[in-house]
Amino acid sequence: MSAEPSNMRSSLPSAMTAGRVVDAYFIEHRGKLLDVAAFLDRVDRAAGEEGGEDFRVAALRRAVEILIDGGGDRTRRILELLSDTTTEPVAAAGAKGASGAVPPTLSEARS
Amino acid sequence: MRYIDPHIHMVSRTTDDYQVMALAGCVAVTEPAFWAGFDRSSPSGFADYFRQLTEFEPRRAAQFGIRHHTWLCINPKEAEDVGFAREVIGIIPAFLDRPTVLGIGEIGLNKNSRNEMVVLEEQIALAAKHELMILVHTPHLEDKLKGTRLIMDAIRRNGEVDPGRVLIDHVEEHTVGAVLERGYWAGMTLYPETKCTPQRAADIIEMYGAERLWVNSAGDWGCSDPLAVPRCVVEMRRRGHSEATIARICFENPRAFLGQSPRFTIDG
Repeated sequence: MSAEPSNMRSSLPSAMTAGRVVDAYFIEHRGKLLDVAAFLDRVDRAAGEEGGEDFRVAALRRAVEILIDGGGDRTRRILELLSDTTTEPVAAAGAKGASGAVPPTLSEARS
Repeated sequence: MRYIDPHIHMVSRTTDDYQVMALAGCVAVTEPAFWAGFDRSSPSGFADYFRQLTEFEPRRAAQFGIRHHTWLCINPKEAEDVGFAREVIGIIPAFLDRPTVLGIGEIGLNKNSRNEMVVLEEQIALAAKHELMILVHTPHLEDKLKGTRLIMDAIRRNGEVDPGRVLIDHVEEHTVGAVLERGYWAGMTLYPETKCTPQRAADIIEMYGAERLWVNSAGDWGCSDPLAVPRCVVEMRRRGHSEATIARICFENPRAFLGQSPRFTIDG
């Protein structure tokens, strides 16, 4: 759905240089990265279950690959990776909540 | 700086929140009808809710100099039972003439189901029939991309709704481009964990510009922040954006969109 090219230029740029962006945000995001690492470690330490890796954790690992692939638009691409890309309404709503990644039943439908 | 929070569920907030919002510069809020965290047991529960939105909340807000306007609907989380939803839709017209009602909202989809679509289409038709503006809720997380597309297609199919009178809310980086491209207004919701942060909202403004974009808190009964809009103001100032740009996002844009209803007033 997104129509933005990966080389989209800023239309209302911040006055911050790249160096100032790093100065302002590095520590905060270092901490967030460690939170992701600690979460994956926590999952590893927890008792395993039959049936393989949880689909949400698997999706998170694929999302991490986007972080380091050298491409731009990382946020949009990760959101799309975590999105249901089928096009037809589902038969029934079921539970009200969302899981944050595409459940296996929907993954099968879109493959 | 005075600002408008154009999407906040004050029925779930304390009077203290009105007070701190006023202290932070809030001069107006608009409150869409939404899910209470549980399903109502009867349409009369909605009638009571609509009275609360149109009678009690404007008075509570006025104590702090804040204008309160509202949007009415049955929200998508209670739309799976089409028969029940139609009963609720049937009582909405009785409230549409109240002086603070701006339009129909927040309608949309939650799990992108067929029944949700039916109820969405009928409420789009209700708005079109009464020539009212629409405020749209887009689904959360993995359902947002598909749901946003289905909602925009449903509005287009109706054929009688001007996209310039529709605000599509809870946009993120993967939906904002298409929403703006189709001529709708787009709302960025600053909500912990499941929607946008003030930082990401500022990023989106930098990427897409200030036209037809606003920010809101969508503060409700969950973990949310009634001061989310001023936090975005602080973030934009931190990045060196001009006061004019910040005012456009946080005041002028919502005033321009909402001002399409003659009932929306701030002063006087």
